[in-house]
Amino acid sequence: MGKPKIAVWKFASCDGCQLSMLDLEDELLEIADHVEIAYFLEASRAVVKGPYDISLVEGSVSTPEEVERIRRVRRMSKYLITIGACATAGGIQALRNFRNVREFMSIVYAKPEYIDTLEKSTPISHHVKVDFELRGCPINKYQLLEVLNAFLNGRKPNIPSYSVCMECKMRGNVCVMVAKGIPCLGPVTQAGCGAICPSYQRGCYGCFGPKETPNTGSLSDWWMRLGVPREDVVRAFRGFNAYAEEFRKEGERLGE
Amino acid sequence: MGKLNIGDKVILSPQGLQQLIKTLWEEGYTVIGPRLGDGAIVYGEVRSIEDLPEGWGDEQEAGRYRLRRRGDKALFGYNLGPDSWKRFLHPPRILLWKAEKTPKGFRITHNGHEAPRYAFLGVRACELHAIRIQDKVFLQGRYKDPIYMSRRANTLIITVNCTEAGRTCFCASMGTGPKAHEGFDISLTEVTGDEHYFLAEVGSERGSEILERIEYRAAARDEVSEAEERVSRAAESMGRSLQTEGLKELLYQNYEHPRWDEVAERCLTCGNCTLVCPTCFCTTVEEVTSLDGGSSERWRVWDSCFSLQFSYIHGGSVRASPKSRYRQWLTHKLATWQDQFGEIGCVGCGRCITWCPVGIDITEEVKAIRENAVKKV
Repeated sequence: MGKPKIAVWKFASCDGCQLSMLDLEDELLEIADHVEIAYFLEASRAVVKGPYDISLVEGSVSTPEEVERIRRVRRMSKYLITIGACATAGGIQALRNFRNVREFMSIVYAKPEYIDTLEKSTPISHHVKVDFELRGCPINKYQLLEVLNAFLNGRKPNIPSYSVCMECKMRGNVCVMVAKGIPCLGPVTQAGCGAICPSYQRGCYGCFGPKETPNTGSLSDWWMRLGVPREDVVRAFRGFNAYAEEFRKEGERLGE
Repeated sequence: MGKLNIGDKVILSPQGLQQLIKTLWEEGYTVIGPRLGDGAIVYGEVRSIEDLPEGWGDEQEAGRYRLRRRGDKALFGYNLGPDSWKRFLHPPRILLWKAEKTPKGFRITHNGHEAPRYAFLGVRACELHAIRIQDKVFLQGRYKDPIYMSRRANTLIITVNCTEAGRTCFCASMGTGPKAHEGFDISLTEVTGDEHYFLAEVGSERGSEILERIEYRAAARDEVSEAEERVSRAAESMGRSLQTEGLKELLYQNYEHPRWDEVAERCLTCGNCTLVCPTCFCTTVEEVTSLDGGSSERWRVWDSCFSLQFSYIHGGSVRASPKSRYRQWLTHKLATWQDQFGEIGCVGCGRCITWCPVGIDITEEVKAIRENAVKKV
């Protein structure tokens, strides 16, 4: 049996999640020992034809061409894993979903007729079946390694869907919201980053999207009690994961 | 002065405390105590009294903690921060064992635990009670936890009685504080004012041996009574209380109380209350393989009954709704814990109240259920 073939695909995205994979400097050679990196244009233009055992997909579906391409990727892939906020929630570009994209085009581009885009930026799972969604903007490289490792060994990935607070407390961080009154999205955001921002005295920005059963309404109420204006609470939910269902609904509820 | 016996009381100056810390390090202990962290008092290595949070206190309310300057030189003039000693006795993440694949099966390559030798400085009475509760959890019965057991056996405990209570404290109503009565090696009560001194009580042979190596003097009667007076003032100034009478029956009879729905509206299921709780002990186990599947590590990691994975079995999570998870936590802590371990699992430290990001207050929740109970107990 040959080595499993891995492909890395880019859709509407900034390439940051693919770079996280290249950032696995110490581990990359070992990964290459166990898998064949068959398609990864960010790293090499040498391309091995499909089908592929694992496809890692970065980016959202933003154009009509991408709708077709993701279906082709799915057909060529045994497992399809999305990586990052764009691929799992539509990304920062999904902010256009709350407005009229035609209007943006007429303002931004001199020749809007050259632009071929969809009304909405949507996650990969809106178009094809996804086997695993890895969160983050960008993803955490060690979580990526863990997911690859789990798929190669046929086991469950150790990727908890609980809150960032769990990571903060395990690290021994003092809660920035309780001790300093800094608004933090940690209690409604999925763990995985290692609680980076609270470790540096900043509130969580929600890069990893909604945690399991997030109580966004209760957190918003508390933020407003801390003195955060309503429109700023809406903005907090309109970040990299604005179009993730629970964050989208909270933004809409507060925006009304 | 002759040899110190258990129960003897002597006076240490701040310099005596300094010697105590130095002696503990010389004896091979890693001294863990209060330090000024990022916005709160946390527990970390203490090498001298310079490391202690001199002159710092705090203000606490539900969902709110602020450091404040006290205006004196108290070294232990704070109430509890978010850390508890379980971080050291029951670490957030620990390797259980490693194994390698062999042609016929697997071989265990790591199965030992080197327990650090800690001296805890500044254990509050409620926290000492929490340690004793975790002793029951980990050391009682047929299956003992070897990691906890070895760490616990190595640990020297120096309590510091509270002379002020916090706004979220309720140890007095739980019968767990503010004074530590037993289970310590040395117990201190800090007295500030014209003279800054510590009333030290010997709690064990080990405590006596350590004290023998430092400078102390006999305690005058009024020095003892002054220290005791301050501790009893703390008992009278508790910010909160929890009525424990008939609590188990009350909760068992009120599983469908409307208050559970109301608290679930506010509860974030973030898990903070369980991780700051000094008695919550739940963990999950993670299997981490090498890429080629040739070896594997098994890690134990803190978990929480507020996570979905905690009750995940074939078919899904048993406690899918936030309501069921909050109810599970509170009723375990206050009621089923009694059936399981013979006492209440709450020591009244108030951490879950202060560190709840939205200020949910366990004493308020119990009060609300009691006031409008299905069956009055």
